[in-house]
Amino acid sequence: MVNPDIQGKRYPRTRPYIVGLEKLREFSAATFGNTAEGFVVPPTFPIAIQEHSLSLVIADPEAGLDFSRVVHGEQRFVYERQLVPGDELTSELEVASVKSLGGNHMVTFNTEIFDKQDKLVCTAISTLVVRGEDA
Amino acid sequence: MPEFSALEVGQVVAEGEFPITRDSLVRYAGASGDFNPIHYRDDVAKQVGLPGVLAHGMLTMGLAIQPVLSWLEDSGEVVDYSVRFTKPVVVPATGEAVVSVVATVAAMDEENSKVRVDLTTTFEGNTVLGKAQAWVKF
Repeated sequence: MVNPDIQGKRYPRTRPYIVGLEKLREFSAATFGNTAEGFVVPPTFPIAIQEHSLSLVIADPEAGLDFSRVVHGEQRFVYERQLVPGDELTSELEVASVKSLGGNHMVTFNTEIFDKQDKLVCTAISTLVVRGEDA
Repeated sequence: MPEFSALEVGQVVAEGEFPITRDSLVRYAGASGDFNPIHYRDDVAKQVGLPGVLAHGMLTMGLAIQPVLSWLEDSGEVVDYSVRFTKPVVVPATGEAVVSVVATVAAMDEENSKVRVDLTTTFEGNTVLGKAQAWVKF
């Protein structure tokens, strides 16, 4: 399942991710966005950056997170400002909570996403449900 | 373009219907980097006990906000967006799974010129996103 002792654990800052215009356009098209002139940066795009931080948890033997048993429970993005093409972003994940619920574990991660000036751009909050062995 | 002062709680401001096909799932996998095979392989989905190939939850979250973005144009921006994934969207090998979205004004924050828009997101009559809420700053 997942080791409850990782509650409060912070993972290292990820390497910079450079936001590309065409990547945003591709993501927008993939989420049924209007990609004509002046398209809007998709509000869920930071999931791609959160993914880099989450991969550190998945690779961490202490966490013991069995990803094959994971279901996405909740997701939230809180913005300080909108992303723009050319942004150079890094992220830092903290395990906010690990809870047990009816044989399952619920793990909540807060991933803070920073720009090149180290200013907070967005916080991605993700809750994963890790199904128990019997579930 | 919408104006903050003209909005009121209960008002439906945008709607949309999104036909998800297997092609959509492949496209989203490539764009997002989420290549979990439960989103494109029937055998893997079956093996882990799922009713079929599922749309990525993040694809549903991503498309559910689109009617709001189209409605807003340049008049406001999404500053907070959250959902719960309550039911999976099963996407057949041929044909499409149609997800419907209705966006309704649920709360107004006059002081900060912000509006909470709730997204009722359904598939085959069932709600697939619970507590789908977007705060828009005008």
